[in-house]
Amino acid sequence: MMDRLKSWEGGLLVVFLATLALNASFAPEFLTVQNQINLFQLSIEKIIVALVMTLIIMNAEIDLSVASVMGLSAVVFAHLLNIGFGGVEALLGCLVVGLLAGCVNAVLVAKVGIPSLVVTLAMMIGYRGFARVIVKDQSLGGFPEWVTVLGQKGLVGPLPLSLVLFFVLLVLLGVLLHRTGFGRQVIVIGTNAEVARFSGVDVARVKATLFIMSAMMSALAGVLYAARLGSVRGDSALGFELDIITMVLLGGVSIFGGKGSMAGVFLSILIILNLRNGMALLNITGHVQTGVIGILLILSVLLPNIVNALRARSARA
Amino acid sequence: MNGLFGRVSPQTLRLVALFVALLATVLFFSTQIEGYLSARMFNRISTSAAVVLPVAVGQAIVIMTRNIDLSAGSILGVVAYMTGQALGAFPEMHPVLAVLLAMGIGAVAGAINGLLIAVGQVPSIIVTLGTLALYRSFLVEYSNATTITTASLPAWLVDLPQASLFSIGALDLRVTVALALAVCLVMGIALSRLRAARKFLAVGSNPDAAKMAGINAPWVVFIAFVLAGALAGLSGFIFLAKFGNITVVAGMGFELKSIAAVVVGGVSIMGGSGTILGVLMGTVLVDTIDNSLTRWELVSEFWRDALLGMLIMAAVTVDTLAARSLNRLRGKDGGAQ
Repeated sequence: MMDRLKSWEGGLLVVFLATLALNASFAPEFLTVQNQINLFQLSIEKIIVALVMTLIIMNAEIDLSVASVMGLSAVVFAHLLNIGFGGVEALLGCLVVGLLAGCVNAVLVAKVGIPSLVVTLAMMIGYRGFARVIVKDQSLGGFPEWVTVLGQKGLVGPLPLSLVLFFVLLVLLGVLLHRTGFGRQVIVIGTNAEVARFSGVDVARVKATLFIMSAMMSALAGVLYAARLGSVRGDSALGFELDIITMVLLGGVSIFGGKGSMAGVFLSILIILNLRNGMALLNITGHVQTGVIGILLILSVLLPNIVNALRARSARA
Repeated sequence: MNGLFGRVSPQTLRLVALFVALLATVLFFSTQIEGYLSARMFNRISTSAAVVLPVAVGQAIVIMTRNIDLSAGSILGVVAYMTGQALGAFPEMHPVLAVLLAMGIGAVAGAINGLLIAVGQVPSIIVTLGTLALYRSFLVEYSNATTITTASLPAWLVDLPQASLFSIGALDLRVTVALALAVCLVMGIALSRLRAARKFLAVGSNPDAAKMAGINAPWVVFIAFVLAGALAGLSGFIFLAKFGNITVVAGMGFELKSIAAVVVGGVSIMGGSGTILGVLMGTVLVDTIDNSLTRWELVSEFWRDALLGMLIMAAVTVDTLAARSLNRLRGKDGGAQ
């Protein structure tokens, strides 16, 4: 098991280095610090939410509503600023929105016992709908200057706030998943929820915690999104959930739960960001980039399956 | 009460509940919207549901086998575009051939999904998440940013959405609606009567037991995805006829629309149970709510998605809670007897 994981992450590392080398040979400006920061910046909201999504999928659940919560939070943030609230109040308002959305998801999944795929699919439509109720078909912008400065300019040296936040969260959630009792419970439930229940794990509480974490993180990401772009609309962050889930699955996290690591997801994020950036430098359009990442996602599961099947055949022969 | 619960199966109760919900929805909106109970509104809702219905039936079959097809919307878009292009180039093509072409393109896309899932042993959610992006980017490349326009299509296709099979008074049964209903009829009868079609449910209900019973599970899953692709293709054809103008974003979001209709229709997302009649009612219910909310003056049109999401959630929650208390009730009955 440990060997498999190691080899998986080893494989990801090789792919990542190959991407770096290819990109650098095609475009010399690629390896500059500024370009590396830019490519993180462009997807910062997705990669922050991908960190929590890792825990959710390791728990054998899924949260399709993240992008809608993100959009709703971005809209609420812009609306609160526009009607005269200060930045701190607006941020708190968004976190409350995230908390409420998370509680709704958590109750329906953990207490009522409806599959998370169904709950978060319905709420994905619902939360997006509330964002549309607030902004209608307009866009909200004209934020105070400090918001855009915080969203776009460097905070620690050239690193902007959102990037600092990402690395802090990466370490925190990595430790939470791999080094704490809670993390172990997440993995045990993901491996076999029945066994976890019989060994006295409070399955409902762990699942509820994860869904509240996920929605609050998405709400935070929504604020970062609004600050980075400077204006929001009803369809802000539309469709981000697919990119986020792809990042997690490509990182070697099993869709059936129980298997995976934060290191794998981090490598997968690096690969996807660099690959997209490299393709953009080669003038390959966004839709085709997404298609290439789709192929990569399928291959990431298909290739190990083929290798295993061949190994089993040669063992029999 | 006990006698009633003892005799009626949960599946039948679910269908009755869906029917009551549909009736209540129609009655409610008829008091809210002027001229709601009219032939015009019937035609509007039935032709709009006809686009979703085939892809929803395909999605239902896939979900019954304990899988999911997230690529349905992309397949629909690819088929609508390629069929429109073919009809533009060969306007003499026979209508039946055009439908078969659409379903054929869809079936090929479905077969690619099925192959990766059944033979490659890659989970369906991963495969179809990948092909959702892949088929869409194929369409973007293939179309070269050009659009199919109504002007390039043969006249019979443009007139098809208004063509009626027969009319009862002012109520028309449109050809596209009849086509969608025929799909439901054939699949519904097959799933309840045909041994081969029952295998979809058997595989989804318990894959291991199905295997032990001698069912070739990978083959059944493969066929389910080919069927789902072909039916998404049929939806693509009806989409093309209804809208005429096809861009690269055609059919985006239909994967979620179809899953919502299937889930509201009472098909278990864990596989193994569900009826096509339920899918039909689920599709019509979601579409009726959707179409009615846009015309409800009391709430602005911007409330539509919010209310739709809440209503789908409410329907599923009530269904889950009702099924659970029904089981508990039955458990007690069983103990007493």
